[in-house]
Amino acid sequence: MHKKSFTIALAGNPNSGKTTIFNNITGTRQKVGNWPGVTVEKKEGAVSKYGYDLKIIDLPGTYSLTPFSIEEIVARNFVLDESPDVVIDIIDSSNLERSLYLATQLRELDCKVLFALNMADVADSRGIKIDADKMSELLDVPVVFTIGNKNKGIDSLLKTAINLAESESKISQKRKVKYSKDIEGSISKLQSFIEERLEQNFPYNIRWTAIKLLENDEIVRERIRQKTGNISQEIFQEVETHRKRLLDRFDDDPEIVMTDERYGFIAGIIKEVLTTSIKQRIDTSRNVDFVLTNRFVGFPIFILFIWIMFQTTFAVGSYPMEWLGNGVNWLSAILETSLPDSLFKDLLLNGIIAGVGSVIIFLPNILILFFFIAIFEDTGYMSRAAFLMDKIMHLIGLHGKSFIPMLMGFGCSVPAIMATRTLESNKDRILTILITPFMSCSAKLPIYILLAGTFFSAKAGTVIFLIYIFGIILSIITGRLFRSTLFKGADAPFVMELPPYRVPMIKSLIIHMWDRSKMFLKKMGGIILVGSVIVWMLTAFPRNINYSMDYNEEINKINASFTEKQKKAAITKLKLAEKAEKAEKSFMGRIGKTIAPVFAPIGIDWRGSVALLTGFVAKEIVVSTFGILYATEETNEPDALKNALLSSEMTSLSALSLMVFVLLYLPCVATIATIRRETGSLKWTLFSIVYSTSLAWAAAFCIYQGGKILGLT
Amino acid sequence: MLLSELKEGQTGIIVRVGGNGALRRRVLEMGLTKGSEIYVEKYAPLKDPLELIIKGYHISLRVEEAANITVDKL
Repeated sequence: MHKKSFTIALAGNPNSGKTTIFNNITGTRQKVGNWPGVTVEKKEGAVSKYGYDLKIIDLPGTYSLTPFSIEEIVARNFVLDESPDVVIDIIDSSNLERSLYLATQLRELDCKVLFALNMADVADSRGIKIDADKMSELLDVPVVFTIGNKNKGIDSLLKTAINLAESESKISQKRKVKYSKDIEGSISKLQSFIEERLEQNFPYNIRWTAIKLLENDEIVRERIRQKTGNISQEIFQEVETHRKRLLDRFDDDPEIVMTDERYGFIAGIIKEVLTTSIKQRIDTSRNVDFVLTNRFVGFPIFILFIWIMFQTTFAVGSYPMEWLGNGVNWLSAILETSLPDSLFKDLLLNGIIAGVGSVIIFLPNILILFFFIAIFEDTGYMSRAAFLMDKIMHLIGLHGKSFIPMLMGFGCSVPAIMATRTLESNKDRILTILITPFMSCSAKLPIYILLAGTFFSAKAGTVIFLIYIFGIILSIITGRLFRSTLFKGADAPFVMELPPYRVPMIKSLIIHMWDRSKMFLKKMGGIILVGSVIVWMLTAFPRNINYSMDYNEEINKINASFTEKQKKAAITKLKLAEKAEKAEKSFMGRIGKTIAPVFAPIGIDWRGSVALLTGFVAKEIVVSTFGILYATEETNEPDALKNALLSSEMTSLSALSLMVFVLLYLPCVATIATIRRETGSLKWTLFSIVYSTSLAWAAAFCIYQGGKILGLT
Repeated sequence: MLLSELKEGQTGIIVRVGGNGALRRRVLEMGLTKGSEIYVEKYAPLKDPLELIIKGYHISLRVEEAANITVDKL
């Protein structure tokens, strides 16, 4: 017999323990993706229980279903359009009153709802007693107690959900919020007005529709317009009359009055079902918070945490990074000896393994970084970090939470941009994504070390430090500029819950960390692969180069005439010269030479432009490209490249200009892929590329030409 | 008086929530409704934002947002 299947959606406030319950039900059988068209995480899991196939959907955590944020729109649209068989509202028992706001909104939608009173133990320890039977009776909804982090009550929750889905009974229309007389009058009049004019089946509950229209809900209005066509104008006119009447009556917008009245209704229920015993208790979370956000030690502790996070990510992470790097080298060494020389071998070794290998070695860093982020989020410290930093970030027109992604940008832009998911407002998210690449990432450091070390020797440290500061200053200017032009309008309100501190569960930390790292591997792997192959093709072709001399013959000549010792040095020199000429005459070299005039005003020659082009795959490559083009092998003579650079036409001024250009110009292919993914928009991705590159050119131009005018070299 | 004028450790009763539409509704939906008791837990080290306790939970608002809320000091 075919098993019956049901779709169960989990709704609830942020921090209600919803994700823990989801993890407990689905275990590792989860599918993480995005909701269509937006970058809100969508989690889905399938389980077979009690003879049913259950599809569990984790809706985004929201405080209400009023469509302000993407999360709220996504959650509401799912319930409206996909009509899940049951919606479980996960309620934080220790925070009943506010949680019931979402619950009443779910009750008004046409769906079968079930309440899970979660964290029953926490409520208990706070002396809060909830009469579940009374609540179930008053709201006409099944109520189940659960303790998510101890996996208690989950089975009875699922059983109740299945029973509810199986039950034939119509969705109860009683026991919903009852508004005051005037509003109820308008609702029922509007309801019959709509009913009279509708011919075909209307997909939404009419009472709910009437309520939303009175609240002037834009999305519902749009849906009515689509569903009813011409009649919608009539309906909207009727709505306007009612809204005006209510506005006169209450001297306030109907949506405000209705929000107030919903809380009034909730207060009535609270009075019936909730008893709090007044016992003096120690609120550990509150005491911890007095220390962690303390006026004097709050910031030092915050800096310490961040320092530990960075230190672990980059110092501890460097060991597995080295192992992975050795693994990649080992693999290419084996292939080098076992495969016959061919174009395919060149592609595999110098294209695919070199390109993907240079990115895969960041995986340990990313795992560790995301583990820390998961700890910050799951303990509740993330919102304290935002609380501490908001004042400073607000100066740039950003939210306190933007601080973490921007800081992570100093490590690597890829995880940093992925961390913008913690921001609720789409505007904040995109703005943060646009300025994060200006935080100089660790891959750019080898370039600074080479150039500053060569041209500023004693002052190299100061110069590199100033480059970093310059990036920060430009991100502030960019932030302010965009905030007042592209992202005009009021800032997202900083209405943020500070949830109690909780001990994180290892299981959920690991799921958190792994989900995000998997995304990095999957998506980045594909695009980086393509990018590396393209860059390889540009450097490897054309194959038949017209060399200025016949290197092989020269080598043969040397073999015949010189002594052993001289031979080796002379042959190496010739081989390097051949490599340099090959690079110069490859497509990449030709492109570099063609666009060189663009770089001339900022003091960068064709070698520099080729190096910058190859830096598109990964910034570290810039240094090795310089090595190839100046025909030096770093491994043999550490100072060879330095000496080559010093004897070239490059001056300290053009080196500075090059460094500034590197700091700002288009991000590497992995970052671009991440930007594309996280903004979900090609337009913003292109904007980011064009903006950063033009800014880089403009800044380098000012420095180079300005410096020349001032007579610096 | 305004909520932003209350000092740490003081309690007020919300009289009116003002401000632009979206902010006002969001604040109300988070439970800062007329007649509710609100306690100022603390200010952030840089004096902005501030932490409040309402309906038994902790919430933070920027000072400029708190300045839209009128309270009666208890």
